[in-house]
Amino acid sequence: MSALTQSTPAAAQSDAAPEKELRPPSYWPFVVPALVVVLAIIIFPWVFTIWMSLNEWKVGSSTTFVGFSNYLRLTSDPRFLESVVHTIVYTVLSVLLPLVLGTFAAVVFHQKFAGRGFLRGVFIMPMMATPVAIALVWTMMFHPQLGVLNYLLSLVGIPAQLWVFHPATVIPSLVLVETWQWTPLVMLIVLGGLAAIPAEPYESAQIDGANLWQVFRFITLPLIMPFLFIAGMIRMIDAVKSFDIIFAITQGGPGSASETINIYLYSVAFTYYDLGYGSAIAVVFFLLIVALAAVMLYARQRMVWTEIASDA
Amino acid sequence: MTPRQIIGKIGLWLSVFVIVSPAILFFLWMLSLSLKFEIDNAAYPPVFLPEHIAWKNYADVLASNRFLTYFINSLIVTGSATLLALIVGVPAGYGIARMAAHKSAIVILIARITPGLSYLIPLFLLFQWLGLLGTLVPQIIIHLVVTVPIVIWIMIGYFETTPLELEEAALIDGATRWQVFRHVALPIAKPGIAVAFILAVIFSWNNFVFGIVLAGRETRTLPVAVYNMISFDQLSWGPLAAAALIVTLPVLLLTVFAQRQIVAGLTAGAVKGG
Repeated sequence: MSALTQSTPAAAQSDAAPEKELRPPSYWPFVVPALVVVLAIIIFPWVFTIWMSLNEWKVGSSTTFVGFSNYLRLTSDPRFLESVVHTIVYTVLSVLLPLVLGTFAAVVFHQKFAGRGFLRGVFIMPMMATPVAIALVWTMMFHPQLGVLNYLLSLVGIPAQLWVFHPATVIPSLVLVETWQWTPLVMLIVLGGLAAIPAEPYESAQIDGANLWQVFRFITLPLIMPFLFIAGMIRMIDAVKSFDIIFAITQGGPGSASETINIYLYSVAFTYYDLGYGSAIAVVFFLLIVALAAVMLYARQRMVWTEIASDA
Repeated sequence: MTPRQIIGKIGLWLSVFVIVSPAILFFLWMLSLSLKFEIDNAAYPPVFLPEHIAWKNYADVLASNRFLTYFINSLIVTGSATLLALIVGVPAGYGIARMAAHKSAIVILIARITPGLSYLIPLFLLFQWLGLLGTLVPQIIIHLVVTVPIVIWIMIGYFETTPLELEEAALIDGATRWQVFRHVALPIAKPGIAVAFILAVIFSWNNFVFGIVLAGRETRTLPVAVYNMISFDQLSWGPLAAAALIVTLPVLLLTVFAQRQIVAGLTAGAVKGG
């Protein structure tokens, strides 16, 4: 995502520094140890994954080169195709809800009130807490008979739900957890955007007698758009590959109703130990994430261009 | 205060209450579950404040000798992975920032985008060939996938903001690049290192996916141990919730006490994509 931030001021600064004092090669020794680590744990796994995806590769039996047949198998694997649909539904909901709620939270935390720092700390606790630990408590809260959520619903007269125990409600229930967990990150990013907005537009809006909603809609929202975009992008990448919460609460169930690509990948690779096919899924999955990010970046650029065009 | 201001104040506090209560209520409920006997946890309507507090739940979890093993495993894995990441990542962040080699950061972006499971398949095989499965080494190594990018990313950002003048002066005085790094750049970078350290510790401590594949019975970290409690050993809610709270407590305490660093690190990291 550094492409998003484009050139940083510091880059310009060091370019301007005297040439002879900054002989670039002399900084290489600082980078070499990290380079070795990165090669070993990030680059090597990728190269090896691509190689494995071209083989029939199961734990305990010999491997044979099969070309692209693992990839062809994907196109006619109903369980994979179903997991793609689940992933899309899960991701769309887990991007939109935190964006809306996180923006609201950021506007509130941008105000001055007593105990703001402490409450902000409390607010970000869900995203820092150990996912498995909170998943366990959510599982108890989702319990149809003894869970506290159904009790809370009964207080306002809504009938008891099956939450994660019914195929129709399992994904929305998991999205509820994901939203609870990750709204704080959107809030922090948008809060950074709000801090950068100058006071003048608000002063003139006040003179013109704009109401709170108008101020938000026509001043705040356009100015925080770049930040919302970045938050949306990060949220998308994280939601697509969400694992801990889904795995710990439902393991993809009931049946395969909440099986996303990542959960299916886990089953293929580490339940059936079909590592060749699993690698093919991993490669396709990664390309899918990159493609989604690229589409969003492209849309963003188009947006900027149409804005410029309409200005002219 | 005018009536309008009063309404504004009430609206603000109402909004604050609405925003913060899901987090507060959740953790209070977690605490409540962990302090109740089975009879209260199975009651309907739910009991929020029990008459008898079940300290026993915590005592049971802490007394089981396996829990201590898993706690030590977590300490070793997180501690080693964080320390190694700082050793290689802080100089790397410095080098990249001074060379303005921003393209190299793409590798870190790839690491950020890649699902953790994709690393697991090849590294799992590698560890199997090397005969390392069954020790903590595979987990320490694979946790570097989490900690190294965090440290490098935050340190690049931090060293870009530290002034060059002092370093240049030291170079003119005849110091080597290593001496400049060690005695000029590093001391100034302490706040940045603190941020990198805290975030690396938290994300390594919380990691679950690497453990479920690589950990054996003796080498589980705490998140994996808690997950296994759900599925096999433990059916009563009290001890389960107590275990969950113990596992996440260090992280929650860090979040509250190091809130400023965490927020700074996350916004820098998030906005820059780390």
